[in-house]
Amino acid sequence: MQGYGNGKLYQHVLQSLVLVTSGFLVSSSLGILLGILMGANKKIEAFVNPIFLTLRPIPPLAWIPLAIVWLGLGNSAKVMVIYVAAFVPAVINSFTGVRSIEVPQREAAAMLGISRFAYYREVLIPGALPLIFTGLRLSLQASWTTLVAAELVGATLGLGSILNQAAQDINPAMILVGMISVAIAGWLMTQILAKAEQHAMPWRA
Amino acid sequence: MAHHQRLNQGEFLLWTGLGIASFVGFWYLSVLVGVVPRQFLPAPHEVLLRFIRLINEPFSGYTLLVHVASSFQRFLSGFLLALVIGVPLGLLMALSRYANQIITPFFESIRFVAPIAWVPFAALWFGTGIGGPVLVIFMGAFPPVLINTYRGAIHVDKKYLEAARMLGAGKLRLMTEVLFPAAIPSIIAGLRISAGLGWQSLVGAELIVASSGVGYMMVKGQASIQTDIVMSGMIAIGLIGLLIDILLRQAEKFAVHYKEI
Repeated sequence: MQGYGNGKLYQHVLQSLVLVTSGFLVSSSLGILLGILMGANKKIEAFVNPIFLTLRPIPPLAWIPLAIVWLGLGNSAKVMVIYVAAFVPAVINSFTGVRSIEVPQREAAAMLGISRFAYYREVLIPGALPLIFTGLRLSLQASWTTLVAAELVGATLGLGSILNQAAQDINPAMILVGMISVAIAGWLMTQILAKAEQHAMPWRA
Repeated sequence: MAHHQRLNQGEFLLWTGLGIASFVGFWYLSVLVGVVPRQFLPAPHEVLLRFIRLINEPFSGYTLLVHVASSFQRFLSGFLLALVIGVPLGLLMALSRYANQIITPFFESIRFVAPIAWVPFAALWFGTGIGGPVLVIFMGAFPPVLINTYRGAIHVDKKYLEAARMLGAGKLRLMTEVLFPAAIPSIIAGLRISAGLGWQSLVGAELIVASSGVGYMMVKGQASIQTDIVMSGMIAIGLIGLLIDILLRQAEKFAVHYKEI
């Protein structure tokens, strides 16, 4: 079995998958946390919003050159762009999710003397969950696209680097292999997320 | 317990101001303390000055405005191509079960390929001028147009279709005069998504295959470690993306209004 680029296909796939899942998990959790806090607290919203609105129109792919200037061509630059890509959709959707909870529901909870912790656990988070998952799906997609792009710009291992190498070698068969692998890996992660969604919200099955 | 406290205007301004101040303040602080060399993190005003200077001074061949213009031209070509192909195809899929069954499998298998993964083929087939980047934008912008046209058209009340058929309308007229107008609001909602995806795919494409454009300018800035140029590029990309979104949002408002007539 011979490899291509600097490794065998499974090594490239593994490299990309590990980077994307670790970056996605950390960044989207932080994003959800911030989104829920912004949704629940107007002061936090007013504080964060201007910063967020300034940075939001910049697509994650546009962070790639900056990440390379700051961190070089290694893994840390890739993790940085995945953080940026996964963060924004997670924040926006969990924020909207909290805001989509109807006021009577919030007021009923408050009237019944719910504790702050229980309010988050029983009212805000379950109410926001459908949109949180919408955000997660978008986050995952953005992370994956951004990682592939970052690897295309410069990497020694990973699916994007196969694509880049194959383009330089003018090897259409290998380009196709790369594209198909990108599609299958992306599809697989989406399926896993969909399973997690069903598990987290059995009432919506 | 005040779970949904409201801020009065003063409080809102206070917290918003604090937010901006701490963002800019933190940036200046890290520059002044010298956590990272100035070459890697220029101060905010230096980035702004560079941005303004780039409008007149050429960098990597062109001024910022020319880079922006060439990016925008590519974007527009790819976006219009997606529109011209996606809308009729979506209408056709809504009208004919056969078309739907033929197109769907192709579409579903292509949809999972990230637009950016088309870059190698784009460069191989169409070169790095206009054609290559346009293919990448098209791949980003096409799916939302097709999906939203199809979804908008499939929800048309069957009564209208039957009435039009009974009055002797052919397939073409059904598509242009019944399905298309009914699908307009959904199409425009799709256009907003597809413009966003198309614009960001373009930036990606320009980072890798292009010899002009904002993305290209950023790569050149990156190569010569001129962080202020990279950041200027980010600002330009953000501003144009915002502008496109605002325009389409206006169109969306107009379309919703149109639906109510």
